[in-house]
Amino acid sequence: MSTQPVRQAPSGAFEYMTTKKDEFVGWARKFSLFPYPFVTACCAMEFMSVSSTLYDTDRFGAALPRFTPRQSDLLMVVGTVTHKQAPILKKVYEQMCEPKWVIAFGVCATSGGFYQNYAALPGIDKIIPVDLYIPGCPPRPEMVIDGIMKLQDRIARDRHPIINEKF
Amino acid sequence: MSARAPDTLPNPIRPAFTEGSREGSVIVNIGPSHPATHGTIQIVAELSGERVVRTDVHCGYLHRGFEKECESHTWHNLIPYVDRLNYCSALINDFAYCEAVEKLMGIEITPRARYLRTLLAEYSRIADHLTCIAAALMELGAMTGFLYLVTIRDYIYEHLADLTGARVTYSYGRIGGLAKDLPEGWLKRLGEILDEMETFTGRVHGLVDRNRIFIDRMRDVGVISTADAVNWGFTGPLLRSTGVPRDLRKDTPYLAYAELDFEVPVGIKGDNYDRYYVRMREIDESAHMIRQLMEMLPTGPLCVDDRRCTFPEKSLVYTEIESLINHFKLVMDGPQVPPGEVYSAHEGANGELGFYIVSVGGGVPWKVHCRSPSFVHMGGVHRMLDGYQLADIVPTFGSVNMIGGECDR
Amino acid sequence: MSEALFEPIREHLAEVTLEAVVAHGALALLVEPAQVLEVVRSLKDSFGFDMFLDVTAVDWPERQPRFDVVWHFYSTQHFVRVRVKARVPLADPTVDTLVPLYGSAGYMERECHDMYGIVFRGNDDLRPILLYEGFEGHPLRKDYPKQKEQPLVPYLDAKP
Repeated sequence: MSTQPVRQAPSGAFEYMTTKKDEFVGWARKFSLFPYPFVTACCAMEFMSVSSTLYDTDRFGAALPRFTPRQSDLLMVVGTVTHKQAPILKKVYEQMCEPKWVIAFGVCATSGGFYQNYAALPGIDKIIPVDLYIPGCPPRPEMVIDGIMKLQDRIARDRHPIINEKF
Repeated sequence: MSARAPDTLPNPIRPAFTEGSREGSVIVNIGPSHPATHGTIQIVAELSGERVVRTDVHCGYLHRGFEKECESHTWHNLIPYVDRLNYCSALINDFAYCEAVEKLMGIEITPRARYLRTLLAEYSRIADHLTCIAAALMELGAMTGFLYLVTIRDYIYEHLADLTGARVTYSYGRIGGLAKDLPEGWLKRLGEILDEMETFTGRVHGLVDRNRIFIDRMRDVGVISTADAVNWGFTGPLLRSTGVPRDLRKDTPYLAYAELDFEVPVGIKGDNYDRYYVRMREIDESAHMIRQLMEMLPTGPLCVDDRRCTFPEKSLVYTEIESLINHFKLVMDGPQVPPGEVYSAHEGANGELGFYIVSVGGGVPWKVHCRSPSFVHMGGVHRMLDGYQLADIVPTFGSVNMIGGECDR
Repeated sequence: MSEALFEPIREHLAEVTLEAVVAHGALALLVEPAQVLEVVRSLKDSFGFDMFLDVTAVDWPERQPRFDVVWHFYSTQHFVRVRVKARVPLADPTVDTLVPLYGSAGYMERECHDMYGIVFRGNDDLRPILLYEGFEGHPLRKDYPKQKEQPLVPYLDAKP
């Protein structure tokens, strides 16, 4: 860097606009999540239940699955990921565009569950970064909805740089 | 995260063919993270236009080491692993495994446990068929059918949660009986759910049975003959859709099936439509069986009074030293099963679900092997996919009802 | 009823079976590995065991020969089951394949090979089916430690 003095803090008006922009973009992003259901095992049953009429993630804007990672922003890893499946998961994660969030749905995705052996990956956070862990074997639909709401709160509070890293 | 070229990730499989066998054909990879292949099957297909020339089906993406885990847990502790084999109808797995161990131990369960196991096995079968048909309809675009059937399945899950404590994977079977008895009002609610289910399946019949689009996509698609089906090891609704009434509940009756009055629905041609219809009829037959069992359910003890496997009453555990030691031994060492081997099969929702267990005495098994119908069906599914169109893979696969946990164990 | 069917089988195969036991409703035959194909062919052709259920193996590390390869068959006409067992050593765990007789043998032999290392002579497609390319060893053998993982994707928190 040059020998110029440290920049002054941004003026109040710029900060106000950034905060408001972040709130607006955060609100828009949190209520229009497009999940990619990376479904493998028993948690799929609860995923189907939570997407259906009695529990309904559509009320939270998180119901419309895009079955291609190119068009989705929420990767829900539902069920056990084995070592054989790990390259697939990594590839799918890398094909998603920013901003993206990852939910580890169920204990098998969180930590391997009770499959501590040669075959199961001991948690998907070994290979991809995870934003939210929903424990349970399988978790009740209410827990899933609670988890999605927590993720939405976090998205709302986050910074959302849309033009460059300052704004 | 830095960007990285995707071909630095290793390929976990070796496909059977990498070049087309004829001019102009294309090799396409379907799955494994694909909604129509239920997330764990990879199909490498050679296509000539829209027509599938040959397929190479790869499973194993959900291999979780069930057998290896079983060798280091006691006979009771591995019941949760057994549950997660066919997770759509978890109770059937529990009871099939418990019966295999009971055969080795020479235990005969009480009449109440026998009838209750039969009732719950049929209830689980209904849940599995509802899931299969709901998923198949959703993949064809009939979202309403999916929502109707999953609503009923959710009532079943809540109802079973009242009994067992869990919605999907119950761990309710015990060697020598069941975990706990029915709560108050459970049977009444069961009757209500069955009535409501009949309304909903009636609606699905109305929406789909004579629907031109459904018939075009399912009739004469994925046809398999009886000889082929037997050669490739098909059992369950897949074999019955070809026209032969092979059902272990009728052919080699176990539990209380010999005393029940039910039919075995069969199909005509062995195509997808027949498989859908056989499953819908089986749901009706299971409901009929449950209603008979509700009348026939005897009173009496639930678990057999055998200290080798049944936990003593908690009040006795806290007051008598023998019961305390018995409880301690059962928990720490597991029920002691005499040396021997047995193969015991039940009619699962997908076909013959068999357990081959080898014991060397002691509380930990030497080997627990599950003969799963889905795995064998994956070996033969290419007979139903080759020669049809690419879009036919979706309904055919949906009608096979491959359950990943059962297929890959 | 099943006893009535098992007697003719035991008599017919008496020269090639080392042991025949009826337990829990099924007939269990112990044969030499070289005789397996003949025994299964006669079970299928003469006695109507048209459905091949399963092939698996049992590992007895303290015993010579080490592995028991176990086949199960079912007759869709007579509703009985038969178990055929053969003992193979670790040095040469080879038996004949049943793929010419039953289509379902393909996948099941692949699984048995994956898990135990049993080689099925005549089956040239013994690619890994439940495990993946690059996995070394046969996990269901008793000397494979349960927790020994062979990850395909390096962990994010792996120490370099």
